[in-house]
Amino acid sequence: MLKVVPFLALIALIVLAAVPFAVSDYGLGLLIGAVTYVTLASAWALFSGHTRYISLATVAFYGTGAYTVAVLNEVLPYWAVLAVAALIGGAMALVVGLATLRLAGVYFVIFTFGLAELVRQLITWYEVNVTGTLGRYIFLDITARGIYWQMLGLAAVTIALTAYIQRSRLGLALKVIGDDEVVAAHSGIHLARTKLVAFAASAVILTLAGAIASPRWVYVEPAIVFNPTVSFLTVIMALLGGANRLWGPALGAVPLFLIFEFLSAHFPDTYSIFLGLLFIGVVFALPDGVLAGLDKLKAKRTQPKERTA
Amino acid sequence: MALTTLILGLVLGGTYALLALGLTLQYGIARIMNLAYGEFTLVAAFCLVALFQGAGIPPLWAMIAVAPAGYAVGWALYAVMMRPLVTRAGNSGRLEVDSILATFGLLFLIQGVLLVVFGANFTSISYLDQGVRVLGVSVAANKLIAFGICAVVGGGLVLALHFTRWGLTLRAVAQTPGSAPLVGIDVNRMARQGFALGTALAAVGGASVAMHQTFSATGGVVFTMKALVIVIMGGVGNIGGALVAGLALGLVETFVATAIDPGLTLAATFAIFLGVLLWRPQGLFGRG
Repeated sequence: MLKVVPFLALIALIVLAAVPFAVSDYGLGLLIGAVTYVTLASAWALFSGHTRYISLATVAFYGTGAYTVAVLNEVLPYWAVLAVAALIGGAMALVVGLATLRLAGVYFVIFTFGLAELVRQLITWYEVNVTGTLGRYIFLDITARGIYWQMLGLAAVTIALTAYIQRSRLGLALKVIGDDEVVAAHSGIHLARTKLVAFAASAVILTLAGAIASPRWVYVEPAIVFNPTVSFLTVIMALLGGANRLWGPALGAVPLFLIFEFLSAHFPDTYSIFLGLLFIGVVFALPDGVLAGLDKLKAKRTQPKERTA
Repeated sequence: MALTTLILGLVLGGTYALLALGLTLQYGIARIMNLAYGEFTLVAAFCLVALFQGAGIPPLWAMIAVAPAGYAVGWALYAVMMRPLVTRAGNSGRLEVDSILATFGLLFLIQGVLLVVFGANFTSISYLDQGVRVLGVSVAANKLIAFGICAVVGGGLVLALHFTRWGLTLRAVAQTPGSAPLVGIDVNRMARQGFALGTALAAVGGASVAMHQTFSATGGVVFTMKALVIVIMGGVGNIGGALVAGLALGLVETFVATAIDPGLTLAATFAIFLGVLLWRPQGLFGRG
């Protein structure tokens, strides 16, 4: 079983990489969106899944990545822009993490809660007062297929990294921290450092996702790239699938992305009411995600048989 | 100039202090970290405007209705939505994560309803906006009234919490929810009261915001953020601390808005937050 899964994943990756040759432009747009959210939800869960430190700042990093491309796309070559975006995302995560991850989880949540709004206001202020322009253009010679392949690659790396971390000492340490921080501290885990490493890794991926997705926009301004709905969607996707499972976030991201696409196209005004209701529903009905719910159901079915036997 | 900043800062700080007071009641007593807090504030603000513009009810009268309505909504919300989470969490640390997630969903739900009903435009009313001279500075009467309401409600609550038996019970639950049942306190009932009272304060705060500020349906996050930072500054569950920290934040924000740039007020809030986290995470007035 354990050896079959990576093999299947590799085949799936090859198939997914070939799909753009067979679909329309609209279909490709949907694929890019779905893969982007698979990346975001998996990267979010990389840190928040096991530690249960809820980060509400996904779009702060995602938007920063997109904005970095908007600022630098005419100055630096593309690969260098991506590298700079990753560095900025990592640095932001270190600042946030150093300030809050030494303390109880609630400080982290509060800080990340307002972070996207803060970054948006700061960039807006800077653009209006210093550069005198609000809004930038991204002219890059990257096709939609190119974006798709890059994002698919990032998603694959994210899931592979999650799989690796779950098997490593870091992953074990994160699990213990999520279960009980006092026990974790007593068993010699360096709490702040462990959390910081995982949070920075997650943030770098989120920032890169924003940078890779940015050429789709062409026109970028703070109000567009720092859309709080992205943070919200990421959390609900990861939770629905199961934030502490390897494939949970991806499993939650694909169907929810399609539902949200449908809702935002057909009910643009009442869209966020549906989102809110769905979110509350997930928290109440499936607190550990669909995968854990299925496991529970299986356990219930097999238990009575064992009793009679 | 400095005096104007001082007085306007205190007025703004009064509203913030009241909002923070409600949030610290909800988090300190009911143990619910309510991320939708700012949305409750906005609901009250929009209701006040609707009552004023639609039915011609003066805001001061409307406020008398808004506060009990807020209490009722908070009560019902705790009973229907929060109580099951509390039961499910038991003694584990799950409640914090669950309440954060549930209220995060609630945030989008309420925001969506507000957008559908009231639209995305900035809203304000002109009510009693003639100037009154205070120490030689002209201040709009509605700001003074809003400040007066915050002072009376906030001050009254502080006194009630410190000098009545009911206040003692609430503080006992805030301090050690595990031991409170041993002396015959119904923790569930007090938590529900704390949550309802917090919602009522959010409503009164929102009503006073509506009287003298411009606001929009998407601005709830900023209110929540500011109230949270004040709660942390004052020390979680510390009522007096929240009042002082609220006034301080109002002063700092008004100073930043007049002296540097109005677009940087949230940045100022975060700067203070960062300072508190690095220097005194237990709060300015906390022990330890």
